[in-house]
Amino acid sequence: MNKTSLDNLTRGIIRENPIFVMLLGMCPTLGVTTSAINGLGMGLATMFVLMLSNIAISSVKKIIPDIIRIPAFIVIIASFVTMLEMIMQAYLPALYSALGIYIPLIVVNCIILGRAEAFASKNSIFQSLLDAIGMGIGFTLALTLLGSLREILGNGSIFGFSFMGDIANPILLFIMPPGAFLALASIIIVVNKLRGVK
Amino acid sequence: MSYKIKEFIVPVITLVVIASVSAFMLGYVHDVTFNAIQKAKDNHELQAISEVVNEFDNDPFAEKTTIMTKDKKDKLIMYPARKGGKLTSVAIKSYTNTGFGGRIEVMTGFNVAGSIKTFKVISSNETPGLGSKVDDPKFKNQLTDFYPHRQILKVKQDGGDIDAVTAATISSRAVLRAIERAYDAFTNFNSGGDNE
Repeated sequence: MNKTSLDNLTRGIIRENPIFVMLLGMCPTLGVTTSAINGLGMGLATMFVLMLSNIAISSVKKIIPDIIRIPAFIVIIASFVTMLEMIMQAYLPALYSALGIYIPLIVVNCIILGRAEAFASKNSIFQSLLDAIGMGIGFTLALTLLGSLREILGNGSIFGFSFMGDIANPILLFIMPPGAFLALASIIIVVNKLRGVK
Repeated sequence: MSYKIKEFIVPVITLVVIASVSAFMLGYVHDVTFNAIQKAKDNHELQAISEVVNEFDNDPFAEKTTIMTKDKKDKLIMYPARKGGKLTSVAIKSYTNTGFGGRIEVMTGFNVAGSIKTFKVISSNETPGLGSKVDDPKFKNQLTDFYPHRQILKVKQDGGDIDAVTAATISSRAVLRAIERAYDAFTNFNSGGDNE
């Protein structure tokens, strides 16, 4: 794998992490990360749609006139999401009952539109796929990390396994919406420190 | 002139083509998955029924009947569970639109005598990690073998006997409301209220 490909693949994971560095897609990030498993599920579902939409948009980029590219991208993304929802509901009902309510949210996730606009509409299909995988991993990692932090502090458990029992009182605030902002801010402080941002 | 028309027509046609292809693909996937989705939903319901009723050897799905709610405005579906031909318990599918995320569907199991065996949330849009906890044992155990004529089927904030899920009073209230609807319909049915 040459240097550009490797760069496209790894860029989204840490250096341009969609959540902690670019602060994209804040709505699902803050909304669904009430537990580690929710964060992981949303991350994986988004990654899957991101891969499909990047491939599709990269392959039709030549025939779409510039002035209608945004509505065209949204139609393509929304179609993929809806198809994914129907297929999941039909053949993977267990997974659907766990993730079902997040699937429609993916349509309005600006990471997907952002990558379509910033990357897939300008690069080859293969590079767009690499970009989608990298960004997807970065998004999934960020959501899982945020979900874990909120679940540990707010519910005294991790991935559903309680480690505090009934004795301790967890800080319920972290499961609720204000806790999302506090937890995200704390993580961004650490990430910025590690990246050496002044 | 012709340049301008081209500039206008080409994007319109492209967008129409993209939308048509999308619509066609969505329709196709819908057609292919429609039966499978229905089957998955039925399985899900059957699973919920077997969780809330006593042991049975009949097919509650084939024997389902509709019963009227207390205010006679709506119908609920009742699934009888029989063992050796004898009615042991029933499951009633009820719903409410007062959940935090809108509609909540609840399958409630009743003993023939009229007490609540237990319940199972079939579908809801409650906040994961908060409102979704109404289906967790901590809340559910309070409603296992519950006698609505002796205890009050309301959360403590409303003067009842049930501890609401912390930070999810609205969801708890909604589930209790759905169960209450099923209970009222069931007692109405038992006391010979009109039904079909």
